Amino acid sequence: MIAGLTWLVAFQLAGELVTRVADLPVPGPVVGMLLLFCFLRLRRYDDAGSIVRAGTALLRHLQLFFVPAGVGVVLYLGLIGREALPIGVAMLGSWFLGLAAVGWTAVALERLLGRPRDDLGTA
Amino acid sequence: MIDPSVNEALDQALEVARSPLALLAVTLGGYQLGRWLQQRSGGHALVQPVLVTVVVVGLAITVLDVDYADYRSATELIAFWLGPATVALAIPLHRQADRLRGFVVPMLVAIVVGAVVSIVSAVLLARALGAGDDLERTLATKAATTPVAIAVTDALGGIPPLAAVFAIIIGIFSAIVGPATLNLLRIRDRRARGLAIGAVSHGIGASRMLREDETEGAFAGLAMGLSALAISLLVPVLAVCLF
Repeated sequence: MIAGLTWLVAFQLAGELVTRVADLPVPGPVVGMLLLFCFLRLRRYDDAGSIVRAGTALLRHLQLFFVPAGVGVVLYLGLIGREALPIGVAMLGSWFLGLAAVGWTAVALERLLGRPRDDLGTA
Repeated sequence: MIDPSVNEALDQALEVARSPLALLAVTLGGYQLGRWLQQRSGGHALVQPVLVTVVVVGLAITVLDVDYADYRSATELIAFWLGPATVALAIPLHRQADRLRGFVVPMLVAIVVGAVVSIVSAVLLARALGAGDDLERTLATKAATTPVAIAVTDALGGIPPLAAVFAIIIGIFSAIVGPATLNLLRIRDRRARGLAIGAVSHGIGASRMLREDETEGAFAGLAMGLSALAISLLVPVLAVCLF
């Protein structure tokens, strides 16, 4: 477990290093994720390895790690209440439009390029 | 008339209740409650552990009169793991890498289209309904993962901690109704479903998808990363036209 966590922290660190040195506008962990993906591909890493075990354990509780930032909502309940209409409509509206835009664009391009689909309930 | 020693004991107890250890315990306990409720409800979409935990902790720190800043530093230990967990999203993707074949072009185009639609529609809808300028700037980034939402909102002149809150609220909302909405939109391709959820609701949306199907979860994680990149690059460009 600790070996796997050490690898994950090391890849996060590498990601932080790359974003800082190359002055990228993305967070270190996102770059760390892409670096780890390349590493796992190149090594043909298998499921019994420590990284997979530790990472899968962390991912099972991904929601927990958002709680400290999410509780920050208590600071803004007043503002959110006062501006409930624009906030609510802008959030829901743009969420829905974004969801439809991504999903439909991806499916339409698959069809246009004649690529195989990967539908639920077929594989 | 209360005995002064009872009063003193109460003060001591209250002090313990406000200690970092107790705040950590409330957070972990709230999360366990959320998981228990999720199991009891047979995995009902409405019972997302993160939602239950935020409500429990929010009530607890309000009743105990703890400052959010104190709560935040007490739970740094928990927030820390968001970084390594984000890195770990490479794992489902690695296991599903074969499914990337033939999907790279649709994926990249869809992410860029989605980021533009999400940013522009959030700003214009907020403006149409009379939100202030700083609120418009804060809503623009809500589809991004929290560190990106914070950083980009800061550069744009919004309210960074509120941007994180918006990102988490929309993440929870998406975890609840996202899959059902995709069904309504008749989007059945698992890669496209994961991609759409990850693009509009980052890690929280991805965590719901991971529970349901590894392919959906893997593409949600990837979409979170690509959208983080797209949103950070596109917001400064779109800001020139929007503001």
